[in-house]
Amino acid sequence: MQIYADNAATTALSPKVLEAMTPYLTEIYGNPSSLYRIGATAKDAVEEARQTVANLIGAKNANEIYFTSGGSEADNWAIKGVCKMLKDKGKNHIITSKFEHHAVLHVCEKLAKEGFEVTYLDVYDDGLVRAEDVKNAIRDNTALVTIMYANNEIGTIQPIAEIGKICREAGVLFHTDAVQAVCNTPINVEEECIDLLSLTAHKFHGPKGIGALYIRRGVRVETLIDGGAQERSRRAGTENVAGIVGLAKAMELSISTMQERNQRLTKMRDRLIDGLLNIEKSRLNGSHDHRLPGNVNMCFEGIEGESLLLSLDLKGVSASSGSACTSGSLDPSHVLLSLGLPHEIAHGSLRLSFSDDNTEEDIDYILKIVPEIVAYLRSFSPLWDKIKND
Amino acid sequence: MAYSEKVMDHFANPRNVGEIPDADGVGEVGNSKCGDIMRMYIKVEGNVITDCKFKTFGCGAAIATSSMATELIKGKTIDEALQLTNKAVMEALDGLPPVKVHCSVLAEQAIKAALSDYYTRLGIDPTPIVGVIKECDHDHGCGCDSCN
Repeated sequence: MQIYADNAATTALSPKVLEAMTPYLTEIYGNPSSLYRIGATAKDAVEEARQTVANLIGAKNANEIYFTSGGSEADNWAIKGVCKMLKDKGKNHIITSKFEHHAVLHVCEKLAKEGFEVTYLDVYDDGLVRAEDVKNAIRDNTALVTIMYANNEIGTIQPIAEIGKICREAGVLFHTDAVQAVCNTPINVEEECIDLLSLTAHKFHGPKGIGALYIRRGVRVETLIDGGAQERSRRAGTENVAGIVGLAKAMELSISTMQERNQRLTKMRDRLIDGLLNIEKSRLNGSHDHRLPGNVNMCFEGIEGESLLLSLDLKGVSASSGSACTSGSLDPSHVLLSLGLPHEIAHGSLRLSFSDDNTEEDIDYILKIVPEIVAYLRSFSPLWDKIKND
Repeated sequence: MAYSEKVMDHFANPRNVGEIPDADGVGEVGNSKCGDIMRMYIKVEGNVITDCKFKTFGCGAAIATSSMATELIKGKTIDEALQLTNKAVMEALDGLPPVKVHCSVLAEQAIKAALSDYYTRLGIDPTPIVGVIKECDHDHGCGCDSCN
């Protein structure tokens, strides 16, 4: 049995998306900036895709959508682009949270070296940032608030509309990294007062290497790439036409089936969580209620995450761990530590993330093998010997 | 990061797992905060390590290096076991990813810790023979004694 349960890392490309993309990799290879027909046809496809993406996130205008190479580029551009424009106006303060993706955290660290002050908001043990804390952190010199829409490891959905309202009232720009949230929870940039939003196609069965940044009209952002008129001269370079078409198609397909899928995934997720919580000394990381429908993140005390993942892989299940070992660093996940979990517990985490492609049979199988693997690894864990009777 | 087939074999089918209830020496290194703990049990007859078992909390490499280290010292003399280096453990496993090298160091230290305990039980000061056992080989500010 082979089960892919790492859809928060990436998803399989949908055959329908591939079908929509193929003509733009074959016959319609023209450069969208060219005047002749196959160029103009490609241009039309790009602009149609832009309109689709705008509609699907509730943007007022298609020209508020800028295509990028993915989520990390969109995050980098949003934060650096806004901050560099505002620095000259004396605004040199950024507010973010301790459990952002590294595409946000590392950018903030870099800006800190360039003279920005960064406030890293605490995350509570439920995996949520408090809007009230954002309000209290805003100062006269705050350039940007950047808080992720949903966390990539624990799937907790942040109070984005509340934070957006606070920022709008304070006159501070608000960016959200919505890479995990788009197509998994309803989003409306207008209603939620979002000024900048990052998304990427490969998280919702689109291709890799294509994403978008929503930039509200009137928000000034430094040009990312000079050298051409593409993306309103803010990001030069010949468009990834097939990717752009694939992004829009994937988003359209995914959002049109979101409600039904979310009901199904929530049911599967909750059955899995309930079953895994039967394992002694286990815990669910992050709020159960404010959670992406496809995300399960658990800790099992006394075992280490990577050995759990390798064991799952040997039994045909692809999953992920917040554990350090997988990311090439020895420290446990900064996300789990931000929730206040001790190192020794944070080392033993497991993230399972599901999509349309998963079935109830997958859940049955995972529920069968995870308790067996945990018991096996604990059987020769000296740490388990020490804590099992606590 | 990819493990060699040998590492995966020792992870999937670890040799000499468990405890020796009447062990002549037991050593434990690492700590839970760093994410790995290795405990080695040895049985000594004359000058020979006749049996060796381990219990490990840690990643795939930690389990595989523990398993390989027990294989490398079982049936060997104490002197030979003291010569065992982390490099030898790594080579026997066809290499480890750079970030996992510390696991092999931990395995070497775990053997030394068990031998240290063996000498202590005999009333012999182990330090001149075995050397100083480091709790962990990390340097990542986890707050353990070695990092500090």
